[in-house]
Amino acid sequence: MNKPVGVKEKGVKMSQHVKLGQKNKKGQVYTDIVDMFNMPEPPSFLTGSEVIRDAVKVASIDLSVAYPITPQSEAAALIGELYAEGYLGDYFRGESEFAVMGQCAGAAFGGARVFTTTAGPGTLRAFENFPMWAGARLPIQVCVTCRGINSPLTIQPDTLEMYFLLETGMLIWHAETAQDLYDYILAGFMVAEQPDVHLPIATCCDGFFVTHTKDTVNKVPDEVCLPPYDPYRSPVPCMDMENPPVRMMRDPFVMKSNYISYSTHASWQQEVRAAIERSRKHTIRILGSLVETQNTDREILIVASGTAVSQSREAIRLLEEEGIKVGLVKLKTIRPFPHAELREATANAKAIFVPEFNLSGWLAREVKACIPNNERVHAGPQVGGGMTMPLEVIAEEIKRYLGIPTETLASRGS
Amino acid sequence: MKKRLNIRISGLGGQGAVTAAHLLAMAANKAGLYSISNPFFGAEKRMAPAESYCRIGPERIYDRGELVYPEVIMVFHPQVITLQKSYTAPFYSGIKKNGLIIINTSTDLLTEEDHQRLDDLNVAVYDIDATSLALEIGGTELSTNMAMIGACAGITRVVSLDELEKALQDRFGKKYVASGGTATLDEAIKKKYAKKEMLLKKNMDTIIKAYEIATEWAQNQKQEMAVQ
Repeated sequence: MNKPVGVKEKGVKMSQHVKLGQKNKKGQVYTDIVDMFNMPEPPSFLTGSEVIRDAVKVASIDLSVAYPITPQSEAAALIGELYAEGYLGDYFRGESEFAVMGQCAGAAFGGARVFTTTAGPGTLRAFENFPMWAGARLPIQVCVTCRGINSPLTIQPDTLEMYFLLETGMLIWHAETAQDLYDYILAGFMVAEQPDVHLPIATCCDGFFVTHTKDTVNKVPDEVCLPPYDPYRSPVPCMDMENPPVRMMRDPFVMKSNYISYSTHASWQQEVRAAIERSRKHTIRILGSLVETQNTDREILIVASGTAVSQSREAIRLLEEEGIKVGLVKLKTIRPFPHAELREATANAKAIFVPEFNLSGWLAREVKACIPNNERVHAGPQVGGGMTMPLEVIAEEIKRYLGIPTETLASRGS
Repeated sequence: MKKRLNIRISGLGGQGAVTAAHLLAMAANKAGLYSISNPFFGAEKRMAPAESYCRIGPERIYDRGELVYPEVIMVFHPQVITLQKSYTAPFYSGIKKNGLIIINTSTDLLTEEDHQRLDDLNVAVYDIDATSLALEIGGTELSTNMAMIGACAGITRVVSLDELEKALQDRFGKKYVASGGTATLDEAIKKKYAKKEMLLKKNMDTIIKAYEIATEWAQNQKQEMAVQ
């Protein structure tokens, strides 16, 4: 089952029910994902919500469940349009986010490729289901369009919910742009469904900054699609009530013996985490790497994920004009965390800044836990509640470290 | 185009501030420039503050989110100023030196202090009665956003009328799915016209008229504007 897969092998493991080149009922040709990404199309100018729809259109999805919550409502509604056009097997609206994720689990147990979207308070309302999905090894994909979750209410982007998701046993990827989101949705299914991974995946993006922003995206042609999910390649038997993980729910071990319960849980949780690590090779094969690096030989580095990367790219341009040279490490995957890549990229850095769209600084903590001499890590700047992060703020943080006098931003404009 | 142009649009919910930014960005995209547009609002309701941002430039743009330091500010409704319905106080907070402010108003809404501060920054202020223009030419106040983008293009020349027309075709000429509020407004404006072609034509006429009068204003301006 866990046969090693050589990185030279081009294709990912896929369904044997269909052959590449065969057509689905909409006339789309089942195509290897690496080949799909190499099919040039003229660039489109789209919002992130439209990009989610367009990825779903070519992802051979069997079922999607919708529930409205800003900023994912438009994407969920657009998936409904695709269903009306015949691109999905089934689509309906759940009673709440908790119900949605339960319905997704039911469909995945039944052998379907499942996609859903949620955000902020919806993610938290659904939460119990996420570690259940992972334990049950259901390769469901949920697109999380991050939104603040604190009170008072906000609908703006804040990545705090990703902190909550870190230990659910799911794969967690963080898209910087609409382009990333498109690529990650497609690649996400292929990686999550590999027999030696077979885990749920949260493809995260920052709400509004990605979902409601019009940006240039290179898509694959609508005439091709991903090979379908093959439930018979699951590493756990579907719906077998006598074996883990299903038995844990119907007839829990804790009812029989605490010792059996303990040992099952301990080993299974380790296995889920090991499966996350095993996803690395598949992700690298499709996306090229878990990180993107620029000028990591420089003494000052920025490590970031999501929109914070975009803002950092602009801040680096701004600093460059003043002769200050800064390198960049973009993390594409948060689970698995790219430990080795990050240690290598930061080996020569004297100062590492971690800008974040949340006030907990979870990414800075992850970075600090990963690299030696972690006093080099400067957690910040951080903005919360959906506040924007002007590039000037990142640049000021770095200039302050260098002892360069800066204008105070508090008095801006007046 | 040598430098990036950052445009901040402050309006009220229902006025089409978000659509205006999308149209400018789409027009720029059609002109072969790089552009990004995104909205910023709270609960989607009429008359609530709504902002949108449009960044246009000659190289790839990564920056997104609230525009803190714009070159151009457009004010779609007097209440943005009179009732402080903007996300920054004052509404021109962060405006760059030699910038431009376009206000939809029939009367001067700025205090002497505002004028002084903006003069110190050499910011040009252009008052245009966009709502009257929209009513007169477009036949509905819902075309106010068209007059505003026409004025913006007339002064800055960031996009041409031809490219704006293509963007308008893209946005209203075919099926478009947005939020419930936007969909309702799209329906409302479609009902104002007998045919879709009329909607496109009347709105384009509004853009052209505003473009022309703003161009004339810009030609008579003595001060140098960094936005041209």
